[in-house]
Amino acid sequence: MKKFRSVLMILVIAALVLPLTALHAQETVNLRILWYNDGNEGDVLRDLLDRFEADHPNIKVTIDVVAYADLHNILQTQVEAGGDSAPDMARVTDTARFRDFYLDLTPYLPDADYWTASFAEPVLNSFRKGADDTGLYGFPTQFTITGPFINRTLFEQAGVDVPSDVMDEPTWADWEAAATEVAQVTGVPYAIAIDRSGHRIWGPALSNGAHSLNDDGSIMVDSPGLRKTLQMITDWHTNNITPLGVWVESGGEYASARPDFVNGQLVMYMSGSWQISGFSSDIGTSFDWDAVPNPYGEGGSTGIPGGAVLAAMKTTAHPEETAMVMDYLVQEDVLGEFSARTLFIPGHVGLAAKGVDYVTDDPNVTQALQTFLAEVPKLTPEAYGLQYSPIGFTFNTELRDRLGQVIVGELTLDEAIAKVQEAVDAAYQQVYGGS
Amino acid sequence: MNPFKLYGLFRRAVDAVVAKVFERLMTLLDLVLLPLQRLVGIKRMAYFFIAPNMLIFGIFILLPMMLNFYYGFTSGQSILLQNRDYVGTDNLDKLLSCKDYSDPNSCDEDLFWRGVQNTTQYVVAQVGTMVVLALIAALALNQKIMLRGFFRSVFFYPVLLSPVVVALIWKWFLRYDNGLLNALLVSAGHDRVQFLADPNWARFWVIVVADWAQMGFYTLILLAGLQSIPAVLYEAAEMDGANSWQRFQHVTLPLLMPTMTVVLVLAFIRAVQVFDQVFVLTNGGPGTATLYIVQYIYRQAFVESPSQYGLAAAASLVLALVLLVLTLAQLFFSRRSEAV
Repeated sequence: MKKFRSVLMILVIAALVLPLTALHAQETVNLRILWYNDGNEGDVLRDLLDRFEADHPNIKVTIDVVAYADLHNILQTQVEAGGDSAPDMARVTDTARFRDFYLDLTPYLPDADYWTASFAEPVLNSFRKGADDTGLYGFPTQFTITGPFINRTLFEQAGVDVPSDVMDEPTWADWEAAATEVAQVTGVPYAIAIDRSGHRIWGPALSNGAHSLNDDGSIMVDSPGLRKTLQMITDWHTNNITPLGVWVESGGEYASARPDFVNGQLVMYMSGSWQISGFSSDIGTSFDWDAVPNPYGEGGSTGIPGGAVLAAMKTTAHPEETAMVMDYLVQEDVLGEFSARTLFIPGHVGLAAKGVDYVTDDPNVTQALQTFLAEVPKLTPEAYGLQYSPIGFTFNTELRDRLGQVIVGELTLDEAIAKVQEAVDAAYQQVYGGS
Repeated sequence: MNPFKLYGLFRRAVDAVVAKVFERLMTLLDLVLLPLQRLVGIKRMAYFFIAPNMLIFGIFILLPMMLNFYYGFTSGQSILLQNRDYVGTDNLDKLLSCKDYSDPNSCDEDLFWRGVQNTTQYVVAQVGTMVVLALIAALALNQKIMLRGFFRSVFFYPVLLSPVVVALIWKWFLRYDNGLLNALLVSAGHDRVQFLADPNWARFWVIVVADWAQMGFYTLILLAGLQSIPAVLYEAAEMDGANSWQRFQHVTLPLLMPTMTVVLVLAFIRAVQVFDQVFVLTNGGPGTATLYIVQYIYRQAFVESPSQYGLAAAASLVLALVLLVLTLAQLFFSRRSEAV
């Protein structure tokens, strides 16, 4: 009888507890972030989210990491298909492409004004559909700036002055001459390289005096500054001072000269601030590397802003919880820690003004971050305009692929410029519906 | 007890159980199939048996083909059909609009025509060289030579490799920096050669790699064809005083023609569809020197921004039409050779 009572008691307790457990399970909200990594930012985000989850036990956030090359295609399929496969948040770089799919967080945010005060208007506008749209859809996870790096050890070994050390406004020609001399003296195979990306070309082109962006948002490709820059990159190949693996052997996609620089095979490398973390870990103490100011030209000296954004997607079934996660991640202390640990330049206005106490003991990193921060005020309005133009991505990919054809002699510069113009005009028509 | 005997007993017991289960399963199936057969008649039961296969074919092949057909006549950024605009033949018009078909730069979609031009050159050169090499290899392997079995395996081995693996191996071999072939050239006192960075070299190596990877398969087919030629014909020709070239010309070649036709058509279809190996080896470069039609389609749909799904689908319709013609040609020739 006693045994029977015990069993009965257990059954009664189970009957009471199990539904509560089920209720708790039902209340747990699972959110997903579609993410890609340049460096350690995925790990840092996970740490930050773990803390958020500890404070909000009913919300669980999963980070789905994909390769950057596949990111936008995967997201396109997921958000259009909707349902469970669609992420609640996504980190993207082609912000304009997903404008129809962003969730306006404004109604769910405790302090929407904090958002508008914390992020630059062009960045917030890049999510929006038009001038009437004042929604808040996402925020920049980091701010990037294009600019060159040099292998300072090679300059020292060659006994060649670093142009930015001895000249006020060194041009691309000055840098090319110096890097070529360093390569010749030290026996390093390559003097200079630029990533196979249209985005990377814009900075040198604007510095060389190019003007592309019109007031109505259309793009006029042809300008002496752009021609000069495209010819310069073509000549690097003709003169065999740049690695062929980047622009010629890589076919029709983005390619980076990073391995050549990291392996000490390249004197000067035009890339951007997102490389800093990777350089620190991969180069270590093998040689001294520096970021140097963007070379000067008729148009001054400018890089191109950029970076990734984290956006809330309207396919989410949990807008309130999604807004909670987003709002947590934009708080100054959280975003500050994210920037400090990832060695990213923050896209948060307050943090940028205050400065970030970066977690590093690598002097090269400190120097590089200071150099890139000094580049921010030099960014021209057109540099911002190109980056956040809805047809900027088309301009970027077309410029890249057509220049690739010029380099191998398939197209003349005139033909290439005409083809890029055709493509951006078609994209403009698609986006704005005008002519 | 002897372990082998024990194992034998165990196997027999398992076999008996499996047979029993199978028998019960069949009896259960009969419960459904017998009434069905009475209802539809024994001849119509064939439809029932091919239904699962047709279902899979329908979902994974026929439906995507139909969707692709529709996509080819629409435009827009969305992948959902309901959100795409019907544009009639605009995509096909754009693809086919050209001032001078011999000059891709004069075409609206110059990359498509570069793809067409490159694919045509590739198909002619790759199929031509490969069939000749496969025939030579088959003739050699049909002789009574030492280590014949070993050599047959060696020729067939690359066929077993994934195209991606093949491309990566050759890429490491051919790279300008750190490539094995260039390292050998440098150590022999020569300058490096831009094997994958020079358009002509890149086109050449793409064909060599494809020949190397696929030749074994066609060699095997041709070898089977050679072995089916009766030996008495060679003996008769020899007795008539025919030399080895004459025996090849008047006995081997005519009797191998049906097999050769199949090989040619199969290789032709495969060459038109070239993608994976070249994608990894050169990614269509340098420039667009090795950009073939399938990669053009891939780029339009998945690399370009904004994505051109409609244009990609229209290009794949054109490709499908070409492949349809080739398949019909294969059917025609194989039926004709059967009749002979």
